Amino acid sequence: MRARSASAIVAAAVFAVMMVGASIELQAVRDRFYPPRELDEDTLYIQSGPMMRRLTVAYNALAADLYWIRAIQYYGDGKRRLASQARVPDPPPMIAAPTSDAYSMLYPMLDLTTSLDPRFNIAYRFGAVFLAEPYPSGPGRPDLAVKLLEKGLRERPDKWEYMEDIGFVHYWYDHDYRAAAEWFRKAGEMPGAPWWLRSLAATTLAQGGDRQSSRTMWEAIRQSSENDWLRLDAERRLLQLQALDQIDQLQAEIDKYARRAGAPATNWSTLVRARVFPGMPVDPTGTPYALDGGRVTVDPSSRLWPLPQEPRRADSRPPS
Amino acid sequence: MKATAWIAINVFRESVRDKVLYNLVFFAILLIGASYLIGQLTAGQDVKIIKDLGLAATSIFGVFIAVFIGIGLVSKEVERRSVYSLLAKPIHRYQLLIGKYCGLVLTLIVNVSIMAAALYVVLAYMSWGVPPAAARIWDAPALDPALLKATALLLAELTIVTAIALLFSTFSTPMLSAAMTFGLYIVGHFTNDLRNFADLVDSPAAARLARGLSWALPNLAQFDVRADVVHGLPVSFGYMGLASLYAAVYVAMLLAISVLIFSRRDFK
Repeated sequence: MRARSASAIVAAAVFAVMMVGASIELQAVRDRFYPPRELDEDTLYIQSGPMMRRLTVAYNALAADLYWIRAIQYYGDGKRRLASQARVPDPPPMIAAPTSDAYSMLYPMLDLTTSLDPRFNIAYRFGAVFLAEPYPSGPGRPDLAVKLLEKGLRERPDKWEYMEDIGFVHYWYDHDYRAAAEWFRKAGEMPGAPWWLRSLAATTLAQGGDRQSSRTMWEAIRQSSENDWLRLDAERRLLQLQALDQIDQLQAEIDKYARRAGAPATNWSTLVRARVFPGMPVDPTGTPYALDGGRVTVDPSSRLWPLPQEPRRADSRPPS
Repeated sequence: MKATAWIAINVFRESVRDKVLYNLVFFAILLIGASYLIGQLTAGQDVKIIKDLGLAATSIFGVFIAVFIGIGLVSKEVERRSVYSLLAKPIHRYQLLIGKYCGLVLTLIVNVSIMAAALYVVLAYMSWGVPPAAARIWDAPALDPALLKATALLLAELTIVTAIALLFSTFSTPMLSAAMTFGLYIVGHFTNDLRNFADLVDSPAAARLARGLSWALPNLAQFDVRADVVHGLPVSFGYMGLASLYAAVYVAMLLAISVLIFSRRDFK
């Protein structure tokens, strides 16, 4: 009797496992013949922060966390997708994907996150970096980055880090050194702010746009950063500045060669054969530089791509 | 007093027999699973998110236990007709009701305490070996004792929710009781909005009604200090004392109404 019931249990278990396997296989077959429609990840049904606060009743903070995770995924997916598009040849214009709405949901997601949890420090700071990054690494919206940080400042008016970040957005993305210096000055006057913010304000006003002052700013951010992500980002920016220095030197040699040979160099092997360079030059991450129409740039496969748009010198004047 | 205590202990035993504490297993799985996944998704905010998740899950499980067991405390006895044999014993109706209430509150205390301990264990695991420089980004330490303040106020909130469920259980069906308790739980988080609403309407009668309701309905939003605690903001003992006193007064009022209804109820 007992043996029979044991065998019945085993048979039931085997049957259940077989059914699970069959259901998985059936789904795979169905997906093969009738591919599922792609989910529209770019939809935010509710974009009003106050409305969402009410809908989430007593669980605002948890909802903020979910929107934060969604914002990171959205930004990361968009960046990866656009980076992979950049490595393949451009499609004909009639089938090229529209790019104007790439990252269009990023600000609403960050706005919702910070409305649900107004003290979500990282959402303001990382969110501003995401928003300000130029296309295709980000939506290229420094105005929205500043708006997000100003929202954070309304919640926490003593937060010098947000002021520093606003200054940084003005410096690096807007190239508005006067505004940047003003925000660095304000940040430096807040209690607990590091001493170097005041000197950064002065340097920015005097030499904004200078590559050396950019290096000083990133080095300060790298050293003061409490977060791995921000520190790694600062290290990447420093490597980009190093790459810009190297590109200047390489370009000078290549231009010299072009003048000598009477035609621009089209590939590195020509330059190596002509003993202009001992080997194929590589960027600070070890990826070979690209040579396109006689101009040196970082390769799209490099971690440093795309290089930042070089800020204009603060003391430069438009040609009269 | 002794009879009330016995009833309370029996309610606790019954809830253990009904496998109510199984929710702790779900809670543990949720936290452990989340702690594994969240580190890879949140750009250094894993400790904050685990705190948010742990405290929110404690609240959700607590509210569900308070509502779904609370609504059956009296109605189940009436349905099973066991109320006749209970009332035939030398106990007063109020003792039965208060005993039932205390038993469920005891179940909630045990539940919430184990969940808080589990949350601390997961947080200890997550903060293990994190260099001090990286920990500086956190608004509050991972093993912040202030989390206990949020847990204590959550328990105070649950005592009110349980008393609401018990009150409805004395005169209504379980389905209706659950709907009304959840309704009051949600409204209880918007009493401040109701007070503001009074300033927005033109009609003086509507304004008076809104203001009256905002004072009379349970103010549950005051017990939600979870976000403050997670962000390392101070929650004073004075505030906690006043909120707890409010909970005690409100529970006493709800139990008094429940006893009044239950003592006049005819079970024939």
